[in-house]
Amino acid sequence: MMVRIFPKHAGQLPLHAEIKPALSIDQALAESSRCLFCHDAPCMQACPTHIDVPLFIRQISTGNPSGAARTIFAQNVLGHSCARVCPTEELCEGACVLSDQARPIDIGSLQRFATDHALSRQQPILVASSGRRPGEPPPDATFTVGIVGAGPAGLACAAELLRLGYRSVIYEQASQPGGLNTTGVAQYKMVPRVSLEEVEALSRAGLELRTGVAIGRDISVDELLVRHRTVFLGVGMGRIPAIGLAGEDHPAVWDALELIARLKQGDARTLSLIRGAAVAVIGGGNTSIDVVTQAVRASARKVWLVYRRSASEMPAYPHEVQLALQHGVEILCHATPTRVVASSEGLSGLEISVSSEGSSSPQTKLLACDLVVRATGQRGASLVDSLPVRSVKGVLQVDAHGRTSHPRLYAGGDCVSGGQEVVNAVEAGKKAARAMLADHLPSSANSPTLPGPAPSNRP
Amino acid sequence: MADLSVEFCGIRSPNPFWLASAPPTNTGDQVMRAFDAGWGGAVWKTLGEPIINVSSRYSSVDYGGQRMMGLNNIELITDRPLAVNFAEIAEVKRRYPKHAVIVSLMVESKRETWHDIVRRTEDTGADGIELNFGCPHGMSERGMGSAVGQVPDYACQIVGWVKEAARLPVIVKLTPNIADIVYPARAAAKGGADALSLINTINSITGVDLDTFTPRPDVHGSSAHGGYCGPAVKPIALNMVAAVAQDPGLPVSGIGGISTWRDAVEFILLGATTVQVCTAVMHHGFRIIADLCDGLSNYLDEKGLSSVAALRGKSLTRVKRWEQLDLNYRVIADVNESSCIGCGVCYMACNDGAHQAIAAHPDTARAGRTRVEILEHKCVGCNLCSLVCPVAGCITMKRIDTFGDAQLPWTQYSQAPAQHPHVKSNRHDR
Repeated sequence: MMVRIFPKHAGQLPLHAEIKPALSIDQALAESSRCLFCHDAPCMQACPTHIDVPLFIRQISTGNPSGAARTIFAQNVLGHSCARVCPTEELCEGACVLSDQARPIDIGSLQRFATDHALSRQQPILVASSGRRPGEPPPDATFTVGIVGAGPAGLACAAELLRLGYRSVIYEQASQPGGLNTTGVAQYKMVPRVSLEEVEALSRAGLELRTGVAIGRDISVDELLVRHRTVFLGVGMGRIPAIGLAGEDHPAVWDALELIARLKQGDARTLSLIRGAAVAVIGGGNTSIDVVTQAVRASARKVWLVYRRSASEMPAYPHEVQLALQHGVEILCHATPTRVVASSEGLSGLEISVSSEGSSSPQTKLLACDLVVRATGQRGASLVDSLPVRSVKGVLQVDAHGRTSHPRLYAGGDCVSGGQEVVNAVEAGKKAARAMLADHLPSSANSPTLPGPAPSNRP
Repeated sequence: MADLSVEFCGIRSPNPFWLASAPPTNTGDQVMRAFDAGWGGAVWKTLGEPIINVSSRYSSVDYGGQRMMGLNNIELITDRPLAVNFAEIAEVKRRYPKHAVIVSLMVESKRETWHDIVRRTEDTGADGIELNFGCPHGMSERGMGSAVGQVPDYACQIVGWVKEAARLPVIVKLTPNIADIVYPARAAAKGGADALSLINTINSITGVDLDTFTPRPDVHGSSAHGGYCGPAVKPIALNMVAAVAQDPGLPVSGIGGISTWRDAVEFILLGATTVQVCTAVMHHGFRIIADLCDGLSNYLDEKGLSSVAALRGKSLTRVKRWEQLDLNYRVIADVNESSCIGCGVCYMACNDGAHQAIAAHPDTARAGRTRVEILEHKCVGCNLCSLVCPVAGCITMKRIDTFGDAQLPWTQYSQAPAQHPHVKSNRHDR
């Protein structure tokens, strides 16, 4: 659904206003009625978790939203947050055949309609697996899994295990669960409450969660391997490292994720820093878009996005770039930050070197800003280097089912992908859960629902 | 510009669009506003001994996100005093002398009672009388409405009584709640009717409230069957209009689900002279008349026809019995690949619901899409794929010209099947 925001009003948009509000029942019925119920539906193929999209949309259209939610949760236990944070334009909606005719089905909003319905009524989020066959032995009660990190990957792994009848314990260093879903998603896409109510629903289903427990500080991985048969690592990525600019250590230079997290907490000091300020955001990925649009919504006076390559090379999705432009953000391409100019009174600005295409001599410009934000990509989590598994540049190496080089350690999510969508992390967590059972439960080797035993060529 | 005016059993009307006898013609105020909007005529809400109505009265069927695909009512005839109605009819006719004002009547089955109400009606200056032999709810329980229309002998007798007293044209409105509409139509003709109007509403229960278990419309926890109308009933009405236009062949005013000029054209092609509209007005108001007239006029111009009369009945000769249809004629589906959006809906429909004559392949050119292939040797030419295809004109049925123009109806084939072996090999009897 096209979102139109006019720059002159953008500053008046409340920071917390959702960019895609909930559908009314009439809107949901009208939209769901448009679905063609495709054969071998492209939307379903495009979904990393393979939600049966045509089925859940049909269930909405027939007045069965609870059934629709079950269809969603059966494939994606974080369907509630994915409905809001998925780049549907690039996934299901991007594949919708109706794009050829008029506009694609608003699948994200319909998914939200169904999951909102279910969660607001405290309906079960966990759909019991129909995977077990008659005669298959009941789940082994002594088989438990330790899960490091209560982000999307860890939650999905735990939920999948629970669906199949197995216990796990999630260890989360932060005080709140949800990972980036809670702290890192732009506020106008999803407020922390949505992520937290999703985890609450999982907790009601039996998910065991220990927050405030840091691996390496409070408990070691070795200890986890003593407590649990296998361990899943869903530790995400670390901070955004310094670019190496002169003056970058100035307190007005921010890590994008830190800034987003503070804005999501409604931190008054951070909000007052942005209100009326000029903000320069470095980086061309989706996180930089989150920052620039949030800055506009937090009443920044002027917002630049500074990107060193061409517009066509920007890693951000086209629809996200469009969103930034609709917010009145000025996007500077071929612009390389050279230094942060500061005095004792504060920041004077960000010096950039701008080269126009075809010109060999770049020009130096000073963006007179009050805030500089780094959105140039996270480094690997600090924990990764101390783990007894193979990693490259802070990113864990796994096979297609999340198996690391250690036979009892599995991993998934951003710590493996280097930073992908929530929906990818969910699928990674699901797959790893099944791989653990396949690898470590002798009786399940014959189960057709689980992947085969580990191949010899572990990473 | 084509001439939209029509003459129907002696009644002249500026256009063929009349309001049916129903809530939109309840009062003189409504009818006059309708005439101002452009309606050609109106059949007044049925007059008789004033009744008492229940609350609630209407219920509907929504479909595919659209409201009121079908409408059902348990409302009875007018609940206003006869004298008030007659005064208003006279007033309307005085103010709108060129518009058609027809008065629908329904009284108990007594000769004198009918004579009396016919005379009082004619005193108003109205243009015609419509006998309501169709109302299927409430009044039928009291021996009126469809209770008359369902018994050809009664219908014939009452038409006869009315004709004894009437100088105005008498139109008989038929009920579709009968096995063969031709019998009451013939009875009306035999009784002396000048014209027929059809269809009245169809016996129906539109739905049941899944929480209260009460069928709709809810009258204090209960309901009764009502009369169904609206777009959903149009195909039933078209069939019955075509039937009575051929037999007994009296002038026909077509009724049943007419919402657009296209619907009206279809009724006229199947023999109607005027058409009557109710549900579409109950949904969208009198203003739909603008496009009804404009669309019909443009259509006539495009077809090079100068009047509505020139259109009337043009499809009637094409309505035949099944046994007269040509067994040599064959079509198969043809998919226009450049407009196909790859949804695979035709494949599912054919594979699960028809004749397994479409194959589906992953489209190598467009990831995620389905490429369909018509298996021509299995295609029986049923149309289903073209009916479900969401893209206009993407699937067409193309003729396989195997046997030239030599026609072979079943009546001829069945005399000597052995002489036409190709008929069976041409099909895919399994």
